[in-house]
Amino acid sequence: MQAPDVLVIGGGNAALCAALAAADRGARVLLLEKTSAEWRGGNSKYTRNIRLVGPDYSEEEFLADLVGVTGEEIDKDLATLVIERSGGVSRWMEAHGAHWQPPFRGTLQLARTNHFFLGGGKALLNTYYDRAQRAGVEVRYHAEVVSLQLADGRFRSAIVDMPEGRREVPAPAVVVASGGFESNLEWLGRYWGKAVDNYLIRGTSANDGRLLADLLEGGALQRGNPRGFHAVACDARSPRYEGGIVTRVDSLPFGIAVNRDGRRFGDEGQDLWPKRYATWGGLIALQPDQLAFSVFDSQVLGLFIPPLFPPLEGATIEELAVKINVDPGALETTVGEFNSAARREIPFDFRRLDGRGTPGLQPPKSNWALPIEQPPFFAYPMRPGITFTYLAVGVDRHARVLDGSGRPMENVFAAGEVMAGNILLNGYVGGVGLTIGTVFGQIAGEEAAAHARAA
Amino acid sequence: MPGLPELLDEANRQLTICNACRYCEGYCAVFPALERRSVLREGDVALLANLCHDCRACYQACMYAPPHEFAVNVPALLSRGRLESYRRYAWPGAFARLFDHPRHAAAGASLIVAVLVLVAIVVRAGVGGLVAVQTGPGAFYRLIAYEVMVAVAMILSAAALTLLAGGFYRLWRDAGGSRRQLLDLHLWAGALSDAAKLRYLRGGGGGCHYPDPLRPAQARLAHHHVLVAGFALAFAATVVAAFEQDVLGLIPPYPILSAPVLLGIAGGLLVMAGAGGLLLMKRREPAAAHDLRGPGFRALDVAFLVLVESVAVTGLLLLVMRATPAMGPLLVAHLGAVGGLFATAPYGKFVHAVHRFAALLRDRAEAR
Repeated sequence: MQAPDVLVIGGGNAALCAALAAADRGARVLLLEKTSAEWRGGNSKYTRNIRLVGPDYSEEEFLADLVGVTGEEIDKDLATLVIERSGGVSRWMEAHGAHWQPPFRGTLQLARTNHFFLGGGKALLNTYYDRAQRAGVEVRYHAEVVSLQLADGRFRSAIVDMPEGRREVPAPAVVVASGGFESNLEWLGRYWGKAVDNYLIRGTSANDGRLLADLLEGGALQRGNPRGFHAVACDARSPRYEGGIVTRVDSLPFGIAVNRDGRRFGDEGQDLWPKRYATWGGLIALQPDQLAFSVFDSQVLGLFIPPLFPPLEGATIEELAVKINVDPGALETTVGEFNSAARREIPFDFRRLDGRGTPGLQPPKSNWALPIEQPPFFAYPMRPGITFTYLAVGVDRHARVLDGSGRPMENVFAAGEVMAGNILLNGYVGGVGLTIGTVFGQIAGEEAAAHARAA
Repeated sequence: MPGLPELLDEANRQLTICNACRYCEGYCAVFPALERRSVLREGDVALLANLCHDCRACYQACMYAPPHEFAVNVPALLSRGRLESYRRYAWPGAFARLFDHPRHAAAGASLIVAVLVLVAIVVRAGVGGLVAVQTGPGAFYRLIAYEVMVAVAMILSAAALTLLAGGFYRLWRDAGGSRRQLLDLHLWAGALSDAAKLRYLRGGGGGCHYPDPLRPAQARLAHHHVLVAGFALAFAATVVAAFEQDVLGLIPPYPILSAPVLLGIAGGLLVMAGAGGLLLMKRREPAAAHDLRGPGFRALDVAFLVLVESVAVTGLLLLVMRATPAMGPLLVAHLGAVGGLFATAPYGKFVHAVHRFAALLRDRAEAR
């Protein structure tokens, strides 16, 4: 193991972008990934698209989309920086081996705002790892950083557990790109209590937040939202960790969502699905037992991508209610009220906001209100599926980590989930996690290389 | 190979995961074809299996590949599906067992043909004739009668073509194809273009993840093209030779600087290079990759490539040494290898060309 100029901690998209950017500037880079070659890639291996400005998607619209979900407390300076630089990202990615593919059937609403990488995130990461290694980046697997040695606001070395034992690795600059704390149930439990027992962690099981905690304890500025996360509705039968995209329930806009008591609790037709899918994990998290059901009928089969498991089925609403262990009377009442409120006279068109709402119903379903009346009836059981957390270390425009007084630490850089909470506080717009990781990965890599050269 | 789960159930299990994911939609025709189906029957598996060119890009891209508990490995699954379809559509059914013993089948068929050729030569020219130097027009035919050679070649190739066509039709039908579509020339043009370009052997743009799983490369595509070009030139050499002999009345052997010989040399060299390269790649492939594809997967490829390589090598040697006493023995070896290739064409790896084409044609019809 050579003494590096730049030490990169983590093995997902942000880490690889940092490693590539630093290597492009001639830095000797050592990248430490805590998992194995097979499991490398953090949450990025489960992704497939990145949100970028382009000819049909202006910087203003991107910012408006982001502020629309996350709220006005967003750090507009950093958000604007990410958005401005996103215009050059597709060329940078291509130069580092990325291939694109046309958007998927069922994701056409994302086509204008997102680029889809061929084969998804793991294929992209495979390419990045290959390019990085060809550029001389040394990659070590099973290398878990347990803490950073900081002195006077400067990084000195990392304490690393490796197969050959515990080692101290000094470097002139460090990039922390080791993810959030979503895999750490104990930590999630500090904000969510026992509800976390019913959460699914749909991404990596490796993100225990160890370095996020280490930085915060070491005096880094805390930013973001401790209770904020990207969370979708996942099939309740999915594995506890690493379920990924195939566990996502996409049927919600085509029917109604009810909780354990058979009651609706959200507007299933509020907006186009890609803009809203990431709010449902949070909504389900607030329901009794963190359990809910997507209920629909035969007429919408085939309109959405089916998840891994088949839906539960009943010839009548009553039979379905028994199958999903919901009071049949309550479910019949909910479906009945919904059906009578649905505006049948407006044509159903799921490709746009069709205005087919449910006047007078609370909560409303603002679009696509098709009465649930065509047997057999179906339901997917759902749990909150957490993707990543929004608690962050504060950073500046150079990706430098800020200390408690807001002063940048000159050789400590951060990228990806560990700092995404500077920009994401609530909600989500599809593909922006990769944008933040890529842009801040590049900045962190460039700045770390420049710092190492100057040092 | 113990522990391989039953194919149809396993195909439905894995491909349900693929259908819920769809990240690989842009790689090849397999995934869009999959999305047109919800539950797979055996004909569907045969179609998907033969659409798959085993570039392995989807396996490398798959976050559900082992060690993930979902254990998805579509190229390995579909490789098993292809071997299954080769067996299923072989006729007569009893001969399907030859797919389980490809080395013995290739060697046995070649040996039988070689012995028959040897007997024919000894009967015609005596043991002495076999190792005598033969020159001038009709040198070959002094050893083996022209009529015998043509009759055997005609019977073997007609049988191979008929049997392959039967398998093609039954696969086509099981995959949902109609008779009427078989007459649609636009579909044929599209499928021929897909086949000629090896469109689905390109992976994610960088080529196959083979033989090195981590570094995609175009070597397999290139060698396959070279091999097919060699086949085509060798076939052209045969056609031109038949024309010169039967129409122009020129009796072989032909001079080096003649169309049949030049075409034959070029074809032989290309086949040697293509098949040789593909064989070398087989050696570099990690063992785990072919273990997952079930017993016989690798042996089938190797037996076919070795046979093709033997045809090319003996043919070229025959040309170089045709004016020496080695001509007789080389003629025995060359005709034996050629005969073995034709005889085992419906029961060996050659079938893949026919089945893949049926799948490409069916896919063109479906995707329209």
